[in-house]
Amino acid sequence: MRITQGAFSFLPDLDDTQIRAQIDYCLRNGWAVSLEYTDDIHPRNVYWQMYGQPMFDLADAGGAMLELQACRETFPDHYIRVNGFDSTRGWETVRLSFLVNRPAHEPGLRLRRTEASGRLQRYALDGYAAQREPGRRYGERC
Amino acid sequence: MNPIDEREVLALLAELDAELVGLAPVKQRIRDIAALLLVDAARKAHGLASPPPTLHMCFTGNPGTGKTTVAQRMASILHRLGYVRKGHLVSVTRDDLVGQYIGHTAPKTREVLKRAIGGVLFIDEAYYLYRPENERDYGQEAIEILLQAMENQREDLVVILAGYADRMAAFFECNPGFRSRIAHHIDFPDYGREELMGIAELMLGRLGYALDEQARELFERYLELRMRQPHFANARSVRNALDRARLRHASRLFGSIAQADAATLSTLTAEDFRPSRVFRPSQPASRRRAEEECPS
Repeated sequence: MRITQGAFSFLPDLDDTQIRAQIDYCLRNGWAVSLEYTDDIHPRNVYWQMYGQPMFDLADAGGAMLELQACRETFPDHYIRVNGFDSTRGWETVRLSFLVNRPAHEPGLRLRRTEASGRLQRYALDGYAAQREPGRRYGERC
Repeated sequence: MNPIDEREVLALLAELDAELVGLAPVKQRIRDIAALLLVDAARKAHGLASPPPTLHMCFTGNPGTGKTTVAQRMASILHRLGYVRKGHLVSVTRDDLVGQYIGHTAPKTREVLKRAIGGVLFIDEAYYLYRPENERDYGQEAIEILLQAMENQREDLVVILAGYADRMAAFFECNPGFRSRIAHHIDFPDYGREELMGIAELMLGRLGYALDEQARELFERYLELRMRQPHFANARSVRNALDRARLRHASRLFGSIAQADAATLSTLTAEDFRPSRVFRPSQPASRRRAEEECPS
């Protein structure tokens, strides 16, 4: 099941030129670009691990692309996203976030139903891959 | 890269001529680089293969010969010539690249490189990176990462090293990889008296001051004497001398500021230069040594 989170996720995956253009757009707006990765794709898992430091004083997308390349080499089977953080007073939040890397095989999420008191149904989502130990969820490479 | 045309380049060079006094070899090299980039663009238009040239540079010269000033210019020049994408300058010294403990250097250096990509990385006094007297110094690690980036990110990054000629030579002696990766070794010559006068006038013009006739003659004599003294730092000495003249000018007018008109407020006279220590005939040796560091 293809995971659709963040911007552009219903489009085909962005290639590197398109990613670079998006990062350039972030930098033009003065947003700080950062990279995050995870192997637990639950929709409520909003805090992913940060790769390196947020790039607050970047001038050109090339630097972020280098970092992305390094991140992909380290975590080839993880989800990786690019965030553009706007520090303007009043915003102070992530303005743009999109996936730039996903595992080759995505098992997706399972809907779990639990019977509660009476005929009440409780629903929960489980990542199929999340049942394995962290770091080995989408392959043995890392 | 955005295309450039000859007219724009000529305008750029003319601007450079107007704003930088002297420095003929530097200007010549910039002219050569501009020509090469133009020819490369033309070749590409005709389908001829031309890999982008490497533009890593090394500036050597005595103190105050304009190395840092030119490096700052270089970023915007290369941007206007369409060689670098952004044209920002990241100016660093040893402290910004070399860490304090094991494993600290590499991330620090990479961080700086990341910032510099798309622009110019300027390493002032680059020879401090390498400390031969301490074999466990982390500078070597920074050098290796830099060399790697200079090779792999050639299209993205221009590295400019600057420093005094003799120490740069010793640095390259120990790091031959650096010398061969830098295509442009540019030597900044010392300024002559005429050029220093030109620089003084440019500086004063920017500050909104002018010299009157006598002050000009006196300042020329000042330069002549000052150039023969030790610790003469070219344009930097000129700037310091002018700053001190401004101070004297200000204290001369102090008390009668209300009566001063615009001409008085912006004209430095001979009175503002005459008290300079350079004009005093002789001094006890011990005192002179103390003042050589900062002659007034």
